[in-house]
Amino acid sequence: MARTVLTQADITRALTRISHEILESNRGPDNLVILGIPTRGVVLARRIFETIQRIEPSATDVRVGSLDVTLYRDDLSRTRTRTPAPTQVPGSIDGKTVVLVDDVLYSGRTIRAALDALGDHGRPSIVRLAVLVDRGHRELPIRADFVGKNLPSSTEERINLHLTETDGDEFVSIEGGNGA
Amino acid sequence: MPKERADNVEYLIRGATLPDGTRSDILLAGGRVAELGSGLSRAGASPIDADGLVALPGLVDLHTHLREPGSEQSETVLTGSQAAARGGFTSVFAMANTSPVQDTAGVVEQVLALGEQAGYVTVQPIGAVTVGLAGRQLAELGAMAASRARVRVFSDDGSCVADPLIMRRALEYVKAFDGVIAQHAQDPRLTEKAQMNEGALSAELGLTGWPAVAEESIIARDVLLAEHVGSRLHVCHVSTAGSVDVIRWAKARGINVTAEVTPHHLLLTEELVVGYDARFKVNPPLRRREDVEALRAGLADGTIDIVATDHAPHPTEAKDCEWDAAANGMVGLESALSVVHASVVANGHLDWADVARVLSHTPARIGRLDGQGRRTEVGAPAELTLYDPSASRVFGTGDLSGKGVNSPYLAMTLPGRVQATFHQGYPTVLDGALLPAAEVAAARSEVGHG
Amino acid sequence: MRHLLSTKTISRDEAIVLLDIAEDMADVAGREVKKLPTLRGKTVVNLFFEDSTRTRISFEAAAKRLSADVINFSAKGSSVSKGESLKDTAQTLAAMGADGVVIRHHASGAPLVLAESGWIDAGIINAGDGTHEHPTQALLDAFTIRRRLHGAASRGRDLDGVTVTIVGDVLHSRVARSNLWLLTTLGAQVGFVAPPTLLPADTSAWPATFGFDLDAAIDAGPDVIMMLRIQAERMSASFFPNPREYARGWGLDDERFARLRADSIVMHPGPMNRGLEISSAAADSARSTVLEQVANGVSVRMAALYLLLSGDREDS
Repeated sequence: MARTVLTQADITRALTRISHEILESNRGPDNLVILGIPTRGVVLARRIFETIQRIEPSATDVRVGSLDVTLYRDDLSRTRTRTPAPTQVPGSIDGKTVVLVDDVLYSGRTIRAALDALGDHGRPSIVRLAVLVDRGHRELPIRADFVGKNLPSSTEERINLHLTETDGDEFVSIEGGNGA
Repeated sequence: MPKERADNVEYLIRGATLPDGTRSDILLAGGRVAELGSGLSRAGASPIDADGLVALPGLVDLHTHLREPGSEQSETVLTGSQAAARGGFTSVFAMANTSPVQDTAGVVEQVLALGEQAGYVTVQPIGAVTVGLAGRQLAELGAMAASRARVRVFSDDGSCVADPLIMRRALEYVKAFDGVIAQHAQDPRLTEKAQMNEGALSAELGLTGWPAVAEESIIARDVLLAEHVGSRLHVCHVSTAGSVDVIRWAKARGINVTAEVTPHHLLLTEELVVGYDARFKVNPPLRRREDVEALRAGLADGTIDIVATDHAPHPTEAKDCEWDAAANGMVGLESALSVVHASVVANGHLDWADVARVLSHTPARIGRLDGQGRRTEVGAPAELTLYDPSASRVFGTGDLSGKGVNSPYLAMTLPGRVQATFHQGYPTVLDGALLPAAEVAAARSEVGHG
Repeated sequence: MRHLLSTKTISRDEAIVLLDIAEDMADVAGREVKKLPTLRGKTVVNLFFEDSTRTRISFEAAAKRLSADVINFSAKGSSVSKGESLKDTAQTLAAMGADGVVIRHHASGAPLVLAESGWIDAGIINAGDGTHEHPTQALLDAFTIRRRLHGAASRGRDLDGVTVTIVGDVLHSRVARSNLWLLTTLGAQVGFVAPPTLLPADTSAWPATFGFDLDAAIDAGPDVIMMLRIQAERMSASFFPNPREYARGWGLDDERFARLRADSIVMHPGPMNRGLEISSAAADSARSTVLEQVANGVSVRMAALYLLLSGDREDS
């Protein structure tokens, strides 16, 4: 049985809060580049970008894009061949504040790959990480700067994260494991 | 031991089916068919239950490559003879493309002697038409004919006698001793670097084509030459529908031409080349389905006279490589009868009497080989093959008795099985198994060289 | 994808995935760091039984951009020319731990034999076998056509309705064969134009049109015209009387180039015989994709190497 932990409204509220926190920590919208990690991270990045534009209508310098990490993964030999998604880095990232956006933070390996990929595109002055859900179980010394919801879970449990743009409906649920 | 064997040299085969469909016991004694009829009995004769087995006259292969002398890693006269016996043959004609080439009396006599020593089958050497198979100068055809090997079939097989003048002279010359030229019909210029049948498939696979016309044009030329000089022509391994038409035309015209088809050209098609598996590389190449059908029809209507194996053993490394580098040829002695069964008997093109004709009577007659290819009648030499047409097996390397494993039939299901082969009255195969070389050689020396 | 041996067996979806990945790979070429760590620790052997510096360096660049280790094994002037068999060479490479083998061989089918032999467990890429196929050339040609037609919006697109005329030595051309299968799979219509001696004797199994008249083909206004290289050895084998007559009949000279539809793309797999199958004006014009083809070759080969060598080999 899946248990819903975030509704669509919860998700919207979390993203609004994260957008505020990003602006606060960056002391405004200047030099911000928001890069989503495909697939759902790209959707979340776009929403954060739009939210920031609503909060700061005068901000014209904020940019949004996507950063695919498939070709940087360290598990390529262990799984089926993955088809990469497009990377669209809007302009130079040199000296910028890059906010990486992903849906669920788990082992940290995706973010490790993203940091490597980012380095091949340029040299940002600051890199931050925003995630909608942090479920723990890190395998690398990586942490998120902005978290929608901390969701301590066992490794047997499954987190389902649906977004309207990619899945047609929107919620975060947890299923399986002993808690089910 | 020899004493005991002499007592046992009689075999009473019970309940065999003769090629004409009649059922008969067959008594083999004194190297001959001693008695025929039902309910025979003979004290001391070894009984053989042949219920359900077809008794064919010992098979005769007009086209075998024994590889000795020169390529003993591929086959020897002994191992090739064993393969032949296993396939139900009691005689093979050994092609001349050995090293040294069988182009002198000395070499053909050596091959003859090796065959006698082995004792499994009569090994009848073929002589080369030209010195070294080079196509330029006639070999000593007369000396080979007059030698102890009594050569009557001459062939440069592996190469075509392409020069029309040399071909004319050869056809004329062998009339002196009732010889025949067995032509490997392949225009060399039209088949430079050829790798497979030329057609839609060769276009797709990017393999240089071996066009049917390269065979047909040589056959057309040769039948006209044979007509012009009034000689006898035999066409080796006919492989195309067009060749069948040309030969049919020539026969209707009264030209003295005979033709052979291989078992593989009766069964297999060029589609097998798709995986570039060199086991299917052979010369002439596997052709289209239409060609296979025309060859079957030609064999059934007598346009094609005989089936001959073109048994061509090769060492593993000659096939375990890219297509272009691979050797041409397939082993065929052990599988021949089953393949003929599958390709032309099972579908009614031929009955067992026809099989006796195309695999025994006629090849012996074309090759002027006495003591072989005779009907199973009282007084005939005891050359006999017992074949179980109801058997079926997945053909494997265990079915091969020669050195070569380059069979295209491995892992294919083939009908039938040779249960026993008798040569000069003694068995070379019993219960489907080859008898040991020492036993066969002993039996051979017992019956003498007559 | 376990091996890349032929374009005949590639499905439309597989082809589009590969071309899309090649787009990602092409993007890498525009970045500050033109290298990906994707195939770190993998070993790619370029096994060339036939000289082809262009193809070899293209594969070498592709493999290196993906951080693979590259071993160039030129079989010319090595033990292979002294009679070492394909089998022994393959087993040697297997013992060295090759993950991928890019093979160029003069014998049609040699890559397939290698892939199915059991001699080596590596992914095999056919870099041209005899007169059979040259799949990565066709893929880069398709990629080039798609980019010219659709630009930045190429991802996910096929070549539906695109007309491609391929001119020259079709009989001996592995490029022609690979393009035939791939382009038709992607929805293009392929027409071949050649002297009758340089077409296969039986083309009934090829989903294409055939003609002898280049002028008629040009007047038909194809979207793409692809000129094939004429090999020097054909000239001495009576396929046509002499180079002059060939160029008159089947060369893309200045006059024909001028008559060509203004937006037709001119392609050539290289190396070109200028003045024989193609004039300098045509080769160097803005409509010519000759240099793009070279650049795109690296991207497409990166995509092929990625698809073959990433992922669990047992799984794919």
